[in-house]
Amino acid sequence: MKKHIEIRWHGRGGQGAKTAALLLADVAFNTGMYVQGFPEYGPERMGAPITAYNRIGDTPIRAHSNIYTPDFVVVVDETLLHTVEVTKGLKPEGAIIINTSQSKEDIIPLLNGYSGRVYTIDARKISIEALGKYFPNSPMLAAVVKVAEIMNKDEFLNLMEASYKHKFAKKPEVIEGNMNALKKAFEEVK
Amino acid sequence: MAERTDISKINEHSPYCDITPGNQIYGGGGSKEFNTGEWRTQTPVLDWSKCVQCLMCAPVCPDSSIPVKDGKRLDFDYDHCKGCGICAKVCSFKAISMKEGI
Amino acid sequence: MSIRERMSGNEAVSYAIKQVNPDVMPAFPITPSTEIPQMVSTYISNGEIDTEFIPVESEHSSMSATIGASAAGARALTATSSCGLAFMWETLYIAASDRLPIVLCLVNRALTGPININCDHSDSMGARDSGWMQIYAETNQEAYDNFIMSYRITEHKDVMLPLMTCMDGFITSHAVENIELLETEEVRKFVGEYNPENYLLNAEMPMAVGPYANSPFYMETKMNQRIAMQNAKKVILDVAAEFEKISGRKYGLFEEYYLDDAEYAVVMIGSAAGTTKDAIDNLRSQGIKAGLLKIRVFRPFPDTEIAAALKGKKVVAILDRCEGNSATGGPLGAEVKAALYDSGANTVAVNYIYGIGGRDYTVEDAENLFNELIDIGNGKKQPEQFKYIGLRK
Repeated sequence: MKKHIEIRWHGRGGQGAKTAALLLADVAFNTGMYVQGFPEYGPERMGAPITAYNRIGDTPIRAHSNIYTPDFVVVVDETLLHTVEVTKGLKPEGAIIINTSQSKEDIIPLLNGYSGRVYTIDARKISIEALGKYFPNSPMLAAVVKVAEIMNKDEFLNLMEASYKHKFAKKPEVIEGNMNALKKAFEEVK
Repeated sequence: MAERTDISKINEHSPYCDITPGNQIYGGGGSKEFNTGEWRTQTPVLDWSKCVQCLMCAPVCPDSSIPVKDGKRLDFDYDHCKGCGICAKVCSFKAISMKEGI
Repeated sequence: MSIRERMSGNEAVSYAIKQVNPDVMPAFPITPSTEIPQMVSTYISNGEIDTEFIPVESEHSSMSATIGASAAGARALTATSSCGLAFMWETLYIAASDRLPIVLCLVNRALTGPININCDHSDSMGARDSGWMQIYAETNQEAYDNFIMSYRITEHKDVMLPLMTCMDGFITSHAVENIELLETEEVRKFVGEYNPENYLLNAEMPMAVGPYANSPFYMETKMNQRIAMQNAKKVILDVAAEFEKISGRKYGLFEEYYLDDAEYAVVMIGSAAGTTKDAIDNLRSQGIKAGLLKIRVFRPFPDTEIAAALKGKKVVAILDRCEGNSATGGPLGAEVKAALYDSGANTVAVNYIYGIGGRDYTVEDAENLFNELIDIGNGKKQPEQFKYIGLRK
């Protein structure tokens, strides 16, 4: 069977989890891959738990369903750990990446006995230091690219720089901060 | 431009292949050919001595059967007047009366 | 030269609209098709196209204005979903009987009620008898391609009927996927200029559109509409063959996936066909002869072609993404079964209902379905008509 990496994002409406999934689709697309990026379909409300998905691979993607047994799960808002079963269906050989300031030891008990790899990253700290504001999706994007080994660091940073130059053509002053957030996140996700 | 269908040749006996696409009617002013005056059971009659040419009657006629020329109304177009009586109703000078029959 | 891109279905259709640059687009926003008028009006305000956008107060008005524009001689279109299409009901029939070459970009969404914004085909299936052609997409690529082919079909002199290009709400409209775009120049060359023979704004040649047609005329008018709908099959195939020359992508009235030698076949419409293809690959690797017939063109309905393609299959499942509310299954089921009956086939055909109101349909669902068909074929199980796939019990 054709193999695609499947990723599930958990966030809250307004935090940019859907945007992050689309950004991930973008960078993977730019390396020549086949991609899918889509939100869980429904009315989007600020603060409500939302889910977004990615499929990424070297062959065309035809399945048009949600993802129930992801290879990777990204949790953009750690308060979801108490309300959403984020590890549901997550493959034990996969990994979960959580945005938190807490230590791994404090987080693991909240993961319903998930036996796979657990990564944490303090995206809030990184974002505020680099950008002065809390935009968790750039650091989370860098984290998932590294953990899921979608591409190497240099390739990722080059692609993102090009994409930011395009996206922020009218406010180039924010590019450096975003690039710093990505670099930092790549180093700090553990 | 292709030759247009001559719609004067289309009638209730025409086979489907002779009907224009979407029943489009080609050519303008086709309603003139349709003598709605035949439907009339009451007929408006103008008393020229009472008419002051105020022209209140002409615009309310639903069938454009009160022709106006050089600012003055002419006699009724009885080929198309259905005898609805609106003109008689609006005439402030009681110049139009409705006669039974055609 | 094709351009490798990634886009959502709504982006892809909007981009196709931009490339075609039609004359008039009246529209009223409704989820999940809102992005289409939004993106097109952005293209217009950026000066990228000179389409006249008409913001209207309802879908009844958007279709009415589209009809007016088309009758006036413009290449016109609109976009909508669900209740928006339902609100156009009256005017849909007028567009068809007036023989106007309008295109409607439909993003399929369940009809309320209960109120729901997710995908199913109840909106377009409800309009299936309105006299419009309907072409469905599985992917954003197909949604894009179908729009580019659309005016060549609607404006063809043997057709002159309006066309709905349909894609699945959210699943296709909001998912970003890879796509190959054509160069705008190539698209414009393919679509060509619109030079209507008769149109209201032609002062030299006055005409009337949509006159009263009482009983001596109504039946003859409908016969002409039927002939146009029958003609559409060939025109759709001819346009697809020409499109293949510039795109390399082949389209028919339906797509066959491992259907030729299949013993067990699924007939369905839309994005879930891709999910079924993955299941078929899995089953084929286990030696199971599973196949798919994905309907692309639902109006005109390719009855004899479908019956021929399904000839000799052991068991056929017909999947409706729409509850027919008839107590006897869905519209696709009824029509495919009628086609099989008329062809004299004695194939066992089972009608299922899936995915309504956005209920997910997975590769596993598709595999379970095929396994059920095998049990039916082996006599281990009796066919259960009109079963819901994924219903909680």
